[in-house]
Amino acid sequence: MNEHAHHTPHDEMPAYEAHTHHPNYVKIWAILSSLLVVSVAGPFLGIRAVTLITAFGIAVVKAYMVVKNFMHLNVAPRFVAYMVATMLVFMLLFFAGTSPDVMKAHGTDWMKVGWGPHGALTSGPPAGAEPGGEH
Amino acid sequence: MSARPIATTRSTAGMPTGRLAVWWVIASEIVIFGGIISSYVMFRLSHDVFTAEAAHTNTWIGAFNTFVLLTSSLFAVLGHKAAEDGDGRKAANMLYLTSLGGLTFLVVKSFEWTHEIREGFTITAGPFWSFYYTACGLHALHVLGGVVIMLIVAASARKELELHRVELIGIYWHFVDVVWIFLFPLLYIAK
Amino acid sequence: MAESVHPAQPHGAHGATHAEPSFFNKYLFSTDHKMIAMQYMFTGMAMALVAGFMAYAFRMQLAFPGMTVPFYGLVTPNKYNSLVTNHGAIMIFWVAMPVLLAGFGNFLIPLMIGCDDMVFPKLNRLSYQIFLLSVLVLVASFVVPGGGFAGAWTSYPPLSAQGKFSLTPLGSSMWLMAVALEFVAFLMGGINFVTTAMNSRAPGMKMYDVPIVVWMIVVASILFMASVGPLIAGAIMLFMDQNLGTAFFDPSRGGDPILWQHLFWFFGHPEVYVVLLPAIGITAEIITTFSRKKLFAYKTVLYTVFGTGVLSFTVWAHHQFIAGIDPRMANVFTITTLLISIPIAEMMFVYIATLYGGSITLTTPMLWGLSFIAEFLIGGVTGIFLGASGTDIYFHDTYFVLAHFHYTFFPIAIIGTFAGITYWFPKMFGRMMNETLGKLHFWGTIVPFNFIFIPLFIVGMGGEHRRIYDFTNFPELVPLQKYNVIATVSLLVMLAFQPLFLINFFRSMFSGRKAEKNPWKANTLEWTAESPPPHGNWPELPTVYRGPYEFSVPGRELDYWPQNSPN
Repeated sequence: MNEHAHHTPHDEMPAYEAHTHHPNYVKIWAILSSLLVVSVAGPFLGIRAVTLITAFGIAVVKAYMVVKNFMHLNVAPRFVAYMVATMLVFMLLFFAGTSPDVMKAHGTDWMKVGWGPHGALTSGPPAGAEPGGEH
Repeated sequence: MSARPIATTRSTAGMPTGRLAVWWVIASEIVIFGGIISSYVMFRLSHDVFTAEAAHTNTWIGAFNTFVLLTSSLFAVLGHKAAEDGDGRKAANMLYLTSLGGLTFLVVKSFEWTHEIREGFTITAGPFWSFYYTACGLHALHVLGGVVIMLIVAASARKELELHRVELIGIYWHFVDVVWIFLFPLLYIAK
Repeated sequence: MAESVHPAQPHGAHGATHAEPSFFNKYLFSTDHKMIAMQYMFTGMAMALVAGFMAYAFRMQLAFPGMTVPFYGLVTPNKYNSLVTNHGAIMIFWVAMPVLLAGFGNFLIPLMIGCDDMVFPKLNRLSYQIFLLSVLVLVASFVVPGGGFAGAWTSYPPLSAQGKFSLTPLGSSMWLMAVALEFVAFLMGGINFVTTAMNSRAPGMKMYDVPIVVWMIVVASILFMASVGPLIAGAIMLFMDQNLGTAFFDPSRGGDPILWQHLFWFFGHPEVYVVLLPAIGITAEIITTFSRKKLFAYKTVLYTVFGTGVLSFTVWAHHQFIAGIDPRMANVFTITTLLISIPIAEMMFVYIATLYGGSITLTTPMLWGLSFIAEFLIGGVTGIFLGASGTDIYFHDTYFVLAHFHYTFFPIAIIGTFAGITYWFPKMFGRMMNETLGKLHFWGTIVPFNFIFIPLFIVGMGGEHRRIYDFTNFPELVPLQKYNVIATVSLLVMLAFQPLFLINFFRSMFSGRKAEKNPWKANTLEWTAESPPPHGNWPELPTVYRGPYEFSVPGRELDYWPQNSPN
């Protein structure tokens, strides 16, 4: 790499990765759009499992396609992918460590007052609920 | 443009400085959106009332906005390709189209929200709506910021200057697109 | 990477590329990393005076309840809450982070890796400006109606979410905004640091030739960037609860206050490593230089730091053991917390091994470096009692916790800062500090420090809880009151010695003995630049030939071997 500091206003584009082959971006876009249609259509079948797959499964696929083909993560040095993956793992860690508390409406000796007597919030906030009800 | 430090031109990590920096930005943004989305999922899975509230989001508007962002991402990457080929004018035009997509997204969203607020679904109408406006609002701020930066980059690119920045703003824009790819099913489909 | 044969020339070297900058350009709008470092350091040190004064006020109240504190007035219960809240928040966010991370990071990283500035100088300047804005917002919060935020630095809702509980509705939101701005500033700074360190190393500087302090600051920045996200999300949610009436954290309307705790501590725990790592790095540089010995196990230290960094994300709920979390999760977090003490202890052993057999000179920086190890060990060991959930049931929220974290934070923020400043002062300002004043200040700080916090371990074990403004209200705690008095008097003694540092610092800056380039005969690249380094750091950027700790290499005439000398 040229170490001399004089950067001419006309920046050269350093050829880090020779983009001799890159995907057909319009084709990728077409696939993404079709997947979008499928994910919107999914709920109409009425089967919950199908909806979940078409909604979130497709989201993962779409995200993967955008990251790989548009953001060129597959061509960037490996550590970038590891970095991104690590952040995602941290989010899973956060979810794993927090959900046992946040997703519960009551424990052995306590309950969350505004969450309803038998479980989580089922019918909107109770009218006139006092904060810090029972101790 | 004052002289850039030599530091910026080195690349011992194997990639150009700007691109490395943008990926670090994205890494830190993943945990910000990850935090809010994890919190949302925890509430969603434990509050049945969310189902009733979420039924009121308009899937068609959400889908349209998803399509708008996808298409704007296409223009962003085409802009990158043009910048690589050294065509600053074309790259700038692609960025203008991308920005147009971003602005369309924001305009559609403002109509959507106005309608929802008029129906009584304000940010305090219930826990689902609090998350809905917060998560989408944070995302929309990132869209807006992205559009602003994109226009600045396009202004330079048109004069064949700083073409490497086209790729950089593109990477950021794709990330904003990916966040929406997850927000859309969470808030509009999983009902 | 094909490197150019010609040595790199920073832009300032090709004749006069710009005239001498005006006052504003030189000080207020400088993009030079060294100037920005100074700005962060001076701001941080000024905030330390503010937070130190707060400690003085509330400790006077604790030792002599109901007295009118000189220079402050009566410490009412709400003022007490406000003082302890802001003391904690300021020391962490506006002293430790700007001085250790932003200040030393900005100054040292480009110099130690042999380049002319950070990769994004303008972003660097913007980060300081946003940081300064956060300082102004925070200070403004002290003077608004209601006063500064009084909900503890951990800001738990519902206390922090509702003004009727905290009694500081305006201060709460302003505090939150100040913290958020500070986070944004450090995210920007972090990106600059990590990118610079990864990409801009001098030719010949391999991964294992990078000085430990640079590695530490880089890892700290990564930890910060990876952990602050959920808290930013949480801060947005809390702000909305405070001002828009949402119910993210209000259980009576479907929210969950424990969610805030998790969001906060998921960041809060890695944060302590964010501030610890730079201090550990500074200590490494000092002890190698003043024992004329190689770092005992460079690669081990490095891998340990990586491991600690990852592990630090798995321990956070040890702050919530008695908050009502699932006890099975408490088991998990106990195990991870006890595990994480191992790598840190191991690093301390590496440092001791480094010192062993070395030719030790007890200069002022070395005294600070050695005391860091000793005091931090006490802090670390007392943490074990808190990491085990069983004993924590008793100790949580008592002064035992407070003494533990002061035995860790004080070495980090205060000892680390003094160590770094006394060591790099010659490079920063081109003059030597006075050794006599330095040593006097050292002893006058360290000895009283222990007399403040050992009594606080005792009162904690005796049952005194945190965030209580007057213990004489509890008859069973009255016998412990004498320890509170000892602690306060020791604090006054410690504060009385601090002017020695200020005098030493400012007098030396203007009329200290002129410093040569390498007064300590160290190896790292910053000591090859002028004292102080000019804009661009060197007329020709250096090339590196060896690691940073080649001291006392057998067969060589000199006991040090700079990284950039070809032979």
